[in-house]
Amino acid sequence: MPIKITDLNYVYSAGTPFAKHALKNINLEIPDGEFWGVIGHTGSGKSTLFAHLNALTRIQSGTIEIDEFRLVGNGGKKPKRKHRPDYKALRARVGMVFQYPEYQLFAETVREDVAFGAKNIGIKGDELDTRVKSAIEMVGLDYADVAERSPFDLSGGQKRRVALAGVLAMHPKILVLDEPTAGLDPRGKRDILNLITEIKSALCPTVIMISHNMDEVAEYCDKIAVMANGELKFVSTPRELFSRADTLEELHIETPCVTALARELNGRGLNVSVAALTEDELVEEILRAKGANA
Amino acid sequence: MKDVSFGQYYPVESPVHRLDPRVKLLSVVLYIVGIFFIQKFIGFAVVALFLLVAIACSRVPLMKVLRSVRAVLFLVLFTAIISVLFYSGGGEEPLWAWGIIKIYKGGLLSAARMALRLVFLVLGPSLLTLTTTPVELTDGLESLLKPLALIKLPVHELAIIMSIALRLIPTLTEETEKIMNAQKARCADFDTGNIFKRAKSLIPILIPLFVSSFRRADELADAMDSRCYRGAKGRTRMRVLKLRFRDFVAAFVMLALFFVILVLRYNWFGLGFINLLV
Repeated sequence: MPIKITDLNYVYSAGTPFAKHALKNINLEIPDGEFWGVIGHTGSGKSTLFAHLNALTRIQSGTIEIDEFRLVGNGGKKPKRKHRPDYKALRARVGMVFQYPEYQLFAETVREDVAFGAKNIGIKGDELDTRVKSAIEMVGLDYADVAERSPFDLSGGQKRRVALAGVLAMHPKILVLDEPTAGLDPRGKRDILNLITEIKSALCPTVIMISHNMDEVAEYCDKIAVMANGELKFVSTPRELFSRADTLEELHIETPCVTALARELNGRGLNVSVAALTEDELVEEILRAKGANA
Repeated sequence: MKDVSFGQYYPVESPVHRLDPRVKLLSVVLYIVGIFFIQKFIGFAVVALFLLVAIACSRVPLMKVLRSVRAVLFLVLFTAIISVLFYSGGGEEPLWAWGIIKIYKGGLLSAARMALRLVFLVLGPSLLTLTTTPVELTDGLESLLKPLALIKLPVHELAIIMSIALRLIPTLTEETEKIMNAQKARCADFDTGNIFKRAKSLIPILIPLFVSSFRRADELADAMDSRCYRGAKGRTRMRVLKLRFRDFVAAFVMLALFFVILVLRYNWFGLGFINLLV
């Protein structure tokens, strides 16, 4: 079952001079098994929108349906009993990895920290151990090496992986990541993104990644949603979005490096397609164009 | 939570907002002292009139100011009821009696006075915090306490500590919220179980919060060091507090209010009508 968001609205501090309409009539359907990227400037509402997905933010108006769960707004008040699904089950289904997740580590050992979420949903005994072990291994860490160490002794990149493992141990079917690559070096960024792709094929079929980085979403995502000023402006494949110069201009979206390079080459007379999204695709395009010229 | 800066500052432009914080601080002190001199209801009426005018000038909605009373409402009612019940009369006929409970007119009046005093005590300072940013308040306080530096009190350091603390409150609130959300996303449960279980469930919030507070403090210290901060010595200010015409007007109004309160209490000029007022 897909994620279905209907007429979602959210106003921060309604009724005060600070009131801010953070989400305006969002309607969105995300099918199972896709890798979505969500882009938009700071304050465009993208983080607010996705904090709704596992009921961390109370819906003010609108509905969200995820699998058998149905969240209905009640004017920002506690929802009526019949509209209150099992939040724990929902949160185990939708794994949420926040910005700089390493800042949420707290336990004495990596193993305990990773086990925290799974324990909270009632997993115990051997099953818990297996889940923890496989989650730590899935994020590319050596279980024997890190399991009994303090998470605070690890490097920044390793901490982030541990935090990610803590969410994976709950075996979510949908993974929401808020800027998973923020603050990492280019190598670390690529590693994390490849890791996410692996996780997607091994464990969570649906991945939603909030990002600032156009190169990232262009290369990795199946679909892109663009948000601006609390509105959902545009949903399409990266190929379509980044080949539409006018839309990019209008929404003040940066062009990914690959696309920018392809445009530049085009302008200088080399006939390459601007729809190339990855470096490899562009290289192939250039070779093809060169071949045609020669 | 992150939308509220700190305290209850109400960001609008008004003559009251623009007053020098030192004048406002001293005015509030004078106001509080004045409240304690009031004994007649007419005195409260004068203060109420003054407050209404001040609130109107400040462009803060009246309800916003009145809301601050909510915090002490219980205290006000409690003290009022107690003082009505325990008023001993002094030869006065009770208005109403039921067993040992006797209610006197004097008791009702003194309870009303006490309640009004408490309410006005809250309203004045809350108008101050509604119209003055925490930064202005600390600046004003530092400037007022400057004479104490002569007796080696580290006034500047205290002021800087206070402004940093005030500055970090919203940041920490936001951080707490983020960490809580992150742990809730891992199905942490903060609201059920007995008191020990609940206290234990705070560990996943408190530890990351401590870790990040220390990190933040380190970073801030480095940032201050690298900009050559070395305490008050030789430091100039970006916003120099300067008394303007409006500050003198405000001070004059305040003194006038205080004077009226004292006259109503002690009747220095032997005005007959004052004795007739309740």
